[in-house]
This record gives sequence, structure tokens and C-alpha cells, in this order.
Amino acid sequence: MNINIEFYASLMKYLPPGKSRFRREVSVEDDITLSRLITQFHISEAEAHLVLVNGHFVNCGEDRDQRKLVEGDTISIWPPVAGG
Amino acid sequence: MSWTRKILRVNLSKGSCTSEPLNMEWAKLYLGQRGLASKYLSEEVDPACDPLGPDNKLIMATGPLTGTMASTAGRYSVITKGPLTGAIACSNSGGFFGAELKFAGWDMIIFEGKSDKPVYLLIQDDNVELKSAEHMWGKTAWEADDIIHATHQDPQMRVACIGRTAENGCLYAAVMNDKHRAAGRSGVGTVMASKNLKAVAVRGTQGIGNVDDAEAFMSATGDGKAVLAENAVTGQGLPAYGTQVLMNVINGVGGLPARNMRDVGFEGAENISAEAMAEPRKSDGKPNLTTNGACFGCTIACGRISTVDPTHFSVKDKPQYQGNSGGLEYEAAWALGADTGVDDLDALTYVNFLCNEDGMDPISYGATVAAAMELFEEGVIGTKETGGVELRFGSAEAFVAITEQMCNGGEFSADLGMGSKRLTEKYGKPELSMSVKGQEFPAYDPRGIQGIGLNYATSNRGACHLRGYTIASEVLGIPVKTELNDTDGKPELVKAFQDATALVDSAGLCIFTTFAWGMDNIAPQIDAACEGDWSVENCLETGERIWNMERLFNEAAGFTADDDKLPRRLLEEAIKDGPTKGQVNRLGEMLPKYYEVRGWTADGKIPEETRQRLSL
Ligand code: SF4
Repeated sequence: MNINIEFYASLMKYLPPGKSRFRREVSVEDDITLSRLITQFHISEAEAHLVLVNGHFVNCGEDRDQRKLVEGDTISIWPPVAGG
Repeated sequence: MSWTRKILRVNLSKGSCTSEPLNMEWAKLYLGQRGLASKYLSEEVDPACDPLGPDNKLIMATGPLTGTMASTAGRYSVITKGPLTGAIACSNSGGFFGAELKFAGWDMIIFEGKSDKPVYLLIQDDNVELKSAEHMWGKTAWEADDIIHATHQDPQMRVACIGRTAENGCLYAAVMNDKHRAAGRSGVGTVMASKNLKAVAVRGTQGIGNVDDAEAFMSATGDGKAVLAENAVTGQGLPAYGTQVLMNVINGVGGLPARNMRDVGFEGAENISAEAMAEPRKSDGKPNLTTNGACFGCTIACGRISTVDPTHFSVKDKPQYQGNSGGLEYEAAWALGADTGVDDLDALTYVNFLCNEDGMDPISYGATVAAAMELFEEGVIGTKETGGVELRFGSAEAFVAITEQMCNGGEFSADLGMGSKRLTEKYGKPELSMSVKGQEFPAYDPRGIQGIGLNYATSNRGACHLRGYTIASEVLGIPVKTELNDTDGKPELVKAFQDATALVDSAGLCIFTTFAWGMDNIAPQIDAACEGDWSVENCLETGERIWNMERLFNEAAGFTADDDKLPRRLLEEAIKDGPTKGQVNRLGEMLPKYYEVRGWTADGKIPEETRQRLSL
């Protein structure tokens, strides 16, 4: 199935080659969990600090282990960042 | 001597400068900077006074840690009754001015009265003198800074001054220091202009000595620095990307307001983000961001040093704006960008340069232009009012033109200088002002993120993220993640952030340390530097005392619970799409509980019992 990934800030280096700044459409195995997707792109747990699926937070740990992704989902990931 | 125990009182009506001892009883209750200067203001100024009249006072205050070896300890604040809000104003700035004032031997300067003619204050340690600034009146803040440096031939001299917008009566003018750092909000620069005070130039050679327990201080500040270095946010994220890294985060979670908060979510966000600032541009292969920068003694270094593309329409005929200067920070980039619908990074960087050069708060300025754009699009105002500018959302050309007009005192500048509340009232559309107590919102939509709405509504200086940055918890998961759309627990969260911030702002430290430091990192540094008990508990109680004192000032100035509110748009117009679709802010669910956790009455008053508990 196809999903969209968005990696920001220092995680941009993990994006496969492509044109857009942060966003890639990638093909992944059906029913892949969020944790598995993150590992597949070599992003460590500490780096995957803020993780959104379609704009909604998914917490670290069990929530990400259990969250199955579906066709068309957009997954956005940031390392620990702050501002203000 | 973390405190120098000396304050400088400058009576501008009489032209006198006198030294007096710091009130140490108050210092032990209010620490320094924001807290202690607010105490002086509360005791010496009638809260009902005209903020731009001679009875108001303007205080520049350092904290006990300012100028010491603690990380980020270069801060100072400007405290006064604010003309934008009529409430107590306290604007905090970094750079090097605060530390220099301390090295000259002063904890704070209290300006009172009004000078007949423009003057500047020259401080060289104990030698203090008011000098004519008639040749600087009408000059930008950058020009004034250059003139002072050329006159005194001392590159180490530090200058805090106002630009032309303050002189022209813009109600959100800033006090600029070190050219690119601002005590930005609430119009503290306008008060300085009302006193005919153009600048304060300071050179100090006395250093900082005699901290209360030097050995404990070395160890506590060293531990603090190690925590900042090891923390991923303060050690890596902020230096590399600056605060601007938030642009995509806040947009991604459905909390980025756009076009005068008519919309939530900005399609151009990525073009004006930290990541975009780091990309090489086509014309010269250089990125917008040249490097990061640090304030005095800071081991984080979140500052942005940027250039505008020299081929960009805004600067191509203006070589003086083609070099490096203070770049975009998140709140400014939002107000100047998303809120006006402009996603042209170079235009925003140029406008930000102009805000620094002429001393304007870019948050209130951007948000006021956004309100004017909505008035324009609704046909309430036209090119007759705007001096010929087609002031539409998204137009970089219009935004650049109106900003140049604003700085030069052109046709529409008096209207824009009023701030959004007075502007929209003037044109019969008060509901289009996105403000609390007359001060414009920063970059987080209270419909998408509940707790920040409660913080805005109750902030003592009008809408402000820096009074209680619940975004740390609600979005960034620091210290723990709370749900954006929950209202449960938010009153307690808001109170905790507000009180802790009041303490940090009174110490001389930068609030960005709190992305890594808790009160258990901060209290030992204060405790080692200052005499008295500065345990975690006492620090938190001091923060709470300061918050309540500010509230009492506002109460005496005429504010009531009725002013703890949000614009109707944020309470009734639901978000149209994106992850927070359908949401409004539910202030009514949080405010009664907030009053309760603060120990206030149901109508937001501070009862005798709470005053006694806090020694108020
Ligand atoms: S963290 Fe940023 S704003 Fe704070 S003191 Fe350091 S450089 Fe200045």
C-alpha cells in the first residue's frame, strides 16, 4: 500500500531521494505498524520524538507498536525540538 | 554580589541622576528583574495613571544572575505600565546590554518624569550623565546606536534605544538593544519615547564578584550547563534550527492560525520554516540562514543571523539591507507571515530587519497588518486609507510597501500604530481584533490548543505565549505530554507554567533553558548566588507571589474578570479543516477552575487569605 511520510529538521536526511522538501509517497507492506515503519527508515526511538498520523499525535511505546497504518495515511516525524 | 544592591534613579524632569540602595527586603521576596521591578512600579506608580504621561515610570532591571557565569544569564527587562494594554508591562530581552549594566554596578534604573528635550543616558560605571539626544531624534534605532558608538569610540559600549516608530507614537514600539535584540512587547519603547529618552548607553568594568557561595555557584552552574548540552532540544535542536523549527510542527498539529486567525493551517508554512531558511537559494547559492548566534553567556545559541536574497525585489536597490542581520524567529515569522498570508521568506526577513531597525514588536505589528488586511478585503477600508497600497492577504509587495510606510511615518502608519484593537474599533469592526487586553496573539491557535487559550486570557500583559508556555507540554511533550484538546488539568498546568516563568524572568535567565531545566536545576543556581532561602519551594512561591502582584496592579488599573477573555472568533468560529477541524476554545470550562487553583474568588479577585499566604 502507499502512504506519505514527512521527516522534518534533522530527520530530513532519512528521506529517500525525491523532489519535495519533506514529503515522499512510499510503498510499504500492508498493515505495517507505526513502530515498524519508523525502524524501517532507521530512525531511532529517541529521534522520533513527535510523531503524527494525519495530524494526530501517537505516543511512544505501545501506542506506536499497535498502531496499524492504512493506505493514504500521512506520517510526520520530528526529533526533539522546541521554540517559542 | 549577585545583586549589586544599587539602583540608579533618573528624574528626567529635573535632569538628576541619584544612586540609592536596593530594597533588600523586597529583593528577598521578589528576587530581581521582572518581580522586583514590578514591586517598585506597584509601590511608586498609580496604576490608574496615563501610561504615556509623566507620572508613569520606566524601569530597566537585571536579575541577580545577570552577568554571572550561569548559562543564558544576560537578560534584562523593561517594566512599566504599557500603553497598548493599560496593564502592567514587562518585556524581556537578551543580547549584551543587561550584563553590561550589571558590570557598571547597577541592578536597575528607574526613569521618572519627562525630559523637556530629547536626551540619552550615558553610564560609565559610577559616572552617570544625561546628554542631549536632539541630533538623534528622528533617527532609526540602528542609526542611534551607530551615532553613540561613533561619539564615545568604545566598541564595548552597549546601547538600548528606540527607533522612529516609538517617536511617532506606535503603541507597540520596542526598546532595541545591541541592534537586534528587543524588549519587544506591550509598547515599552513608546513609554521611553514619551519621556523624550532616546537611548541608554552603558559601559561597565566592575565585573561580578562576591556571589554568596562561590564554590556552590561554580558547581550548580556547571551542572546546569551540562544538562543544557546533553538535552536534545537545547543542545542540538535550538542551535541548529532556532525557534523557527516550530512552523511545520504547529501547522502539522492543526494549531497554526492564518490570515488574522480566520483560518487554521497555512499552506505556505513550509516556505517560511526553519528548514527553508537553511536551503541554498538560486541567485547566489547561499541559504537565508548564515549562522546561529548567542546572547551573553548563553550555551544554547538559538539566535538567527540571516541575509535577504540580494536579487529580491525588497532589497535589490538597497545594498544596506543585503548584509547579515537578525533573522526570523518563530513568533515573528508567524505574525509577519502566516497571519498576513505572505509566504515569501525574503520579504519577511526584510520586514523583520525593518522591525528591528525602527523598533517595533513584530508580533503586534504583523497581527495589526493582518487585521487591516481583513478590513481591506471586507471593503471597510480601501486604498484611500492605506496610502494607495492594495493591502490584501498574501501580497508580499503590499506588505513590504506598508512596512516602509509605517517606518517612514506615511499615510497609514498612525492607524497601524494603534494596534489591532483601536484600529478595528475605529472602523467599526472590533470583532476583527485578535487580541486580549488589547495585545495581539502570538503563533498558537487557542482553538486547536486549549491550555494556551487559558494562558492568553489570563496573562497579565495581554495575549502572550511567554507568560506561560503550555505549548511545551501540549505540543512538544516537555516535561510531559498533555492532550491538545483536553481542558482537564489545563488550569493547573497554566498556573504552574505562569508561576515558574515569573521566577525565571526575575532571575536573569532565559526562559528557553526550561526546555531542559526544571526548578530543581534553577533553584540551586539562585540559592548559591543569592543570600536567603532559594529552595525549589521558595522559588515557586516567589513566582506565584509575582504573578499575583501583577494581577493586583491590573486590578487597581481597572481590569476585572471580564478582561480574562478571548475574541468571539476563537470561542465560536470552529476550525474549518485539518486535524483540529470542528474545535473552538473552551475557555468557559477552564477559567472557573483556574481561579480556584489560584486561590482567587469566582469573579477573579485575590482574597485577603491568598494575599496573606503570599505576603502581599
Ligand atoms: S537561548 Fe536564545 S534567546 Fe535565550 S539567551 Fe540563548 S541565544 Fe538568547
